[in-house]
Amino acid sequence: MSTRPSPAPVKSGIAISRRAFVATSAAAGGALIVGLTLHSRLHHPTSGASQDPFNAWIRIHPDGQTQLVLNKSEMGQGVFTALPMILAEEAEIDFSRIAIVQADNADGTGGSGSVWEGYKPLRQAGAQVREVMIAAAARRWRVPTAQCRARNSQVLHPPSGRLLSYASLVEDARQLPLPDPNTVPLKDPKEFTLLGRSIPHLDIPDKVKGTARFGLDVRLPGMVYAVVAQCPYFRGDLVRFDATKAKAIPGVLEVFDIPTDPNAANKNAREIAVVAVNTWAAIQGRNALVIEWKPGQYHDESTESLTAQIRAALDAQEYWNSTNTNLNPDTVPSAKRIESVYEFPLLAHASMEPMNITIRLEGGRCEIWSPTQDGGGTQESAAKYLGIDKRNVTVHVTFIGGGFGRRFGSPFDHQGLQIARRIQRPVQLVWTREDDFTHDRYRPACMHRLRGGIDQEGNIVSWTDRIADTSIIGQRDPRQAQSYELGGALDQPYPAQYFRLSYVPVESGVTRGAWRGVEIQFNLLAVECFIDELAHLAGQDPYLFRRRLLENAATHPTARRSNFDGTLADPTRMIQMLDLVTEKAGWGKHLGPHRGRGISCFFSKTTYLAQVAEVTVKDGNLHVDRVITVVDPGRVINMNGIRAQIEGAVLMGLSATLKERITVKNGMIQQQNFNSYDLLRMPDAPQLETYLVEGGRPPGGIGEPPLALIGPSVGNAIFAATGKRLRKLPFQLDEVSA
Amino acid sequence: MTQFALDVNDRKQIVDAEPEMPLLWVLRDLLNLTGTKYGCGIGLCGACTVHIDGVATRSCQTPLGATAGKRIVTIEGLAANGLHPVQQAWIAQQVPQCGYCQPGQIMSAAALLSQQQRPGDADIDEAMAGNLCRCGTYFRIREAIHQATEKMHS
Repeated sequence: MSTRPSPAPVKSGIAISRRAFVATSAAAGGALIVGLTLHSRLHHPTSGASQDPFNAWIRIHPDGQTQLVLNKSEMGQGVFTALPMILAEEAEIDFSRIAIVQADNADGTGGSGSVWEGYKPLRQAGAQVREVMIAAAARRWRVPTAQCRARNSQVLHPPSGRLLSYASLVEDARQLPLPDPNTVPLKDPKEFTLLGRSIPHLDIPDKVKGTARFGLDVRLPGMVYAVVAQCPYFRGDLVRFDATKAKAIPGVLEVFDIPTDPNAANKNAREIAVVAVNTWAAIQGRNALVIEWKPGQYHDESTESLTAQIRAALDAQEYWNSTNTNLNPDTVPSAKRIESVYEFPLLAHASMEPMNITIRLEGGRCEIWSPTQDGGGTQESAAKYLGIDKRNVTVHVTFIGGGFGRRFGSPFDHQGLQIARRIQRPVQLVWTREDDFTHDRYRPACMHRLRGGIDQEGNIVSWTDRIADTSIIGQRDPRQAQSYELGGALDQPYPAQYFRLSYVPVESGVTRGAWRGVEIQFNLLAVECFIDELAHLAGQDPYLFRRRLLENAATHPTARRSNFDGTLADPTRMIQMLDLVTEKAGWGKHLGPHRGRGISCFFSKTTYLAQVAEVTVKDGNLHVDRVITVVDPGRVINMNGIRAQIEGAVLMGLSATLKERITVKNGMIQQQNFNSYDLLRMPDAPQLETYLVEGGRPPGGIGEPPLALIGPSVGNAIFAATGKRLRKLPFQLDEVSA
Repeated sequence: MTQFALDVNDRKQIVDAEPEMPLLWVLRDLLNLTGTKYGCGIGLCGACTVHIDGVATRSCQTPLGATAGKRIVTIEGLAANGLHPVQQAWIAQQVPQCGYCQPGQIMSAAALLSQQQRPGDADIDEAMAGNLCRCGTYFRIREAIHQATEKMHS
């Protein structure tokens, strides 16, 4: 099996509509083609105009070659291995024969959705393949289909011992009607032989040899390189510039100003493009520009002003609420009560591959190479900008050097297109690391103010959570500002007699966007640290406190709160996760001086998780020593991939917990590079112990949920080690002495 | 522009460039050796790590003019044939996720193992602290370095 990412164009993967299926099937060299639809995390308004209901295809050729054309982006999350595993299992295809073909214009990879949402359609399409092959063989042999079985890309007839390869059945199978995907029988999961195994990722050999082609590695004949000088001020503009010195830099070809992306926050402004024969010359050219920028409406914004705004929002008129009571929970009598405010900074994505796009305009056609989570979106916007039919725009999705929600085209697509149109040569636009840090779409800044009251037994009488953040959705649709911000807080699983969550969005000049897990990183930290606070207030062990509350939830189901996706945690399953993680961690065993354990649990995207972290806090230094995570993701597809996603999410979450913070001054982002925005490094990486326990459910999301636990696990462990409760992220060690 | 002769992966290469042009961009844009990655341009992420006379070096901080007479090895030339033991361990331990930082990680690890027979965890921390991985593969990197060590001594 091999992977073949773009830039190799995939002509036959385009536009096979259901109506044209027979004709296209014949034209595709006699392959059996089965189309399916994989859900996109994004919806492009004009995509609906497409007559093609499919966006992924299985092709089985008469020579036995089998391809899965995927409209997903591989950014290290392992979808190029996990998704064909699902197909191979259900279709009874020999896994080693499947080659992945990256579909052009692939769109909407994100939100932990590829396996979670692709499981059913891939199984259905796989079953269609299996059943049509069995039907073709049964006809050939003139035996009932019920006597035939499929296995390993072959159909067997056990009574007679005959067998036929899928390859030899392609011609016959193409003449038969495909079974209805909605009624085709699916395998009993007890008979799975591939799913759940640990399969090496198919893209890894190329990534180890240095031959995997990322967006920045695309090289085209006659290609030139460009960088842009963008206004450092939020919503600022270009006043004037002098390119004399820039043009004198050897290798610089052209310098010109371009209008900003009409879809960006700073629309109707201008910026400057520098085109050169190599990236270095372009960067040197930009450094030599003399530019006067004009601050915008947010020129006074700073971290201090933003923090003050968010703090004020904790007492402002609420914008949205969810409550189970007409009473104000804070006025309900309780034995003990506490209030805590948790504070979270803006975060940058800092994907290792800086933003880039490569474009060739030729003969009325536009070809784009992009490391994007949303090739379809780039295709749409390029067609619109160039004024050409989108069929004349092809977006080759390359390997992605880190996605995390960052790889959605605006505004570098628009910049690249303008430069390509102006210079009429293939061009690669490169954002430097400084561009990436200063013009990211940042994870929102946020505060939680939690007020809780407990009775004598430690039951939660009242829970009041006020969330204020620089909303993501609110940037475009203020009426829906709350819809992206509440996961992990609204649906927290602990029963409270009087519950009220309220939300206030905060305005800012900072552009905000999705960041792996988005809101769950701050919401779960606030909830799981505050539960710890309530446990200590009740004088109870934090594990047993959670356990008892969840037992109450299981035995006295009250009106349950779900997040907007409608799924609800089963408290009994959550208890099992807590029991297992504490057993694995040796919860309760003495750790020695300066050390502590912290616990947290979470239900997200139908995945259950629980975690214990062990820390040492000594001489002003914090080290996270060991992290034990137990996960029930429903069915495991690829054990190797799922473990990698959990390990990676834990470490990215730890990076945010200990290191990361974007700050603002005079209406500008202050961090430029890794010297002022450091990430977790090898010496900070703890020992990871990860245990998978499969529940009897379809697979849930895995890319994001594990990221959220490490913050509260570490915060609670620091408290256990020092008696100090840290409530401001990133956790500052100088607030702790032990 | 000046003409420079470079020894890259045991091949002599001639380039016309400014002496201050960083080796990173010479490799990527002039010699088409794109396995060496641009990550930060200031020597803090390690994605551009190559070997110069056997020492792990940040190519973004190495001017072309300083490479005369030196032996440069990039990820493409790390193993003369097949895969270096570090690359094999990287596959066995399934280290890469997005993979962008991994050529730099592998070059740093290979240099460590060429200088230290049996690096301990503290040695690994020190040698690898300059290589960032945003996907969080550090845990598997450590395991892979230990595995490569075993393999090179068995």
